[in-house]
Amino acid sequence: MNKSAKLPRELKVKPIKNGTVIDHISANRALNVLKILGLPNDKSKVTIAMNVLSSQMKNKDIVKIENRELDPQEVDKIALIAPNATINIIRDYDIVEKGKVQLMDEINDILKCPNPNCITNTSEPVNSKFYVINKKAIILRCYFCDRIIDEKSIEFRI
Amino acid sequence: MTFSQKNIISIKDFSKKDIKYILRVAERMEPIARSKETSNLLYGKILGMLFYEPSTRTKLSFETGMKRLGGNVIGFTEAAGSSMTKGENLADTARMVGEYADSIVIRHEMEGAARYVSDLVDVPVINAGDGAGQHPTQTLLDLYTIKRIFGKIKNLNIALIGDLKYGRTVHSLAYALALFNVKMSFVSPKELKMPDEIVHDLNKIDVVARETENIHDVLDKVDVLYVTRIQKERFPDPEEYQKIKGAYLINSELLKGTDLIVMHPLPRVDEIAYDVDSTPNSKYFEQAFYGVPVRMALLKSII
Repeated sequence: MNKSAKLPRELKVKPIKNGTVIDHISANRALNVLKILGLPNDKSKVTIAMNVLSSQMKNKDIVKIENRELDPQEVDKIALIAPNATINIIRDYDIVEKGKVQLMDEINDILKCPNPNCITNTSEPVNSKFYVINKKAIILRCYFCDRIIDEKSIEFRI
Repeated sequence: MTFSQKNIISIKDFSKKDIKYILRVAERMEPIARSKETSNLLYGKILGMLFYEPSTRTKLSFETGMKRLGGNVIGFTEAAGSSMTKGENLADTARMVGEYADSIVIRHEMEGAARYVSDLVDVPVINAGDGAGQHPTQTLLDLYTIKRIFGKIKNLNIALIGDLKYGRTVHSLAYALALFNVKMSFVSPKELKMPDEIVHDLNKIDVVARETENIHDVLDKVDVLYVTRIQKERFPDPEEYQKIKGAYLINSELLKGTDLIVMHPLPRVDEIAYDVDSTPNSKYFEQAFYGVPVRMALLKSII
């Protein structure tokens, strides 16, 4: 009998040579993280692990993006839905930079305002803009129409 | 205090000090608004009026105010009269009028339109109502009316009545009154209660408003009844609407023996009976006039 058929085989995600690893993403939010980063696209190889065990946070998602180093501005956008995410920049298999995402004071051009009557939901050449009015339990206020968005509805607005 | 080139978008952008300043200037403008004095303070200046939605009082009082100060107005009062009908967007129209005029007044059906325009042009922008959003000049004239009649705003007892859910004037007014240590009551059918968001914001600054469905709960306690219209379309059941409408009707019988004042942003339909007009309680036409000196004060301060 084949030995490998008996033993459960664990799927290992191989390390990447160059690129970015986003770890500690809140479980099941990886796809929205990709959406915020404008991925997938033709150039980047992306590996996703969802709902995997984590020593720090029970379950988590991980996203590995090969041959692309995210800049801090891109990374901070993720904080909106994955406030505990950590970012590792990898060069030649080594972590050369490590950091946590930080929620900005302003969220520009990521979320759609939930108010259908908001000027940002028209054909006018305008991007959405929200002020972060509470960072602990995230609450945002639309710069244009004052509508409040809370943490629960943020995901549906990306 | 300098208001020069300042945008007037939301009452929330105003401090108590800012409001008091505008009310003081409005008082100085009153003789000019009443044509007892003449002025050339804004001689040679042009106000651009972008009224994408119908308006009577707001539009006419801005126009009157600008002209009483020796200035002039350009613009349109319906989308139909503009190149909107040819498909031009708000941004392009606003940029163009921003080059022609010294200030822009805008009323638009989309919320946030005034803030949007203020980011696009170099001249100061006044919000004359954006959808269900803000209408700061209405709030300032409401405050001015109260101040003129009572000599103060502080410590008064003020009830906001009617559609507190959708009425934009009551939202802005509640914020502003909160700055003046006013005792507030919200009287409305439960379907049209003041939004939690606003009650929550008021609570945060230690302002607790009394909420009730019954107008008789507040009648003998208040100095001001601020009445707004309950719209038929808010109620799917016409019978329910008729019942509610009756319970919030203000007539002279109801006001008998009281010395409170009745205010209304107008237009009224049938929420205040005509027999109130001739009582000393009615102040809504006076209130409408005060739109002129208050808007003159704003124009004079920002241009």
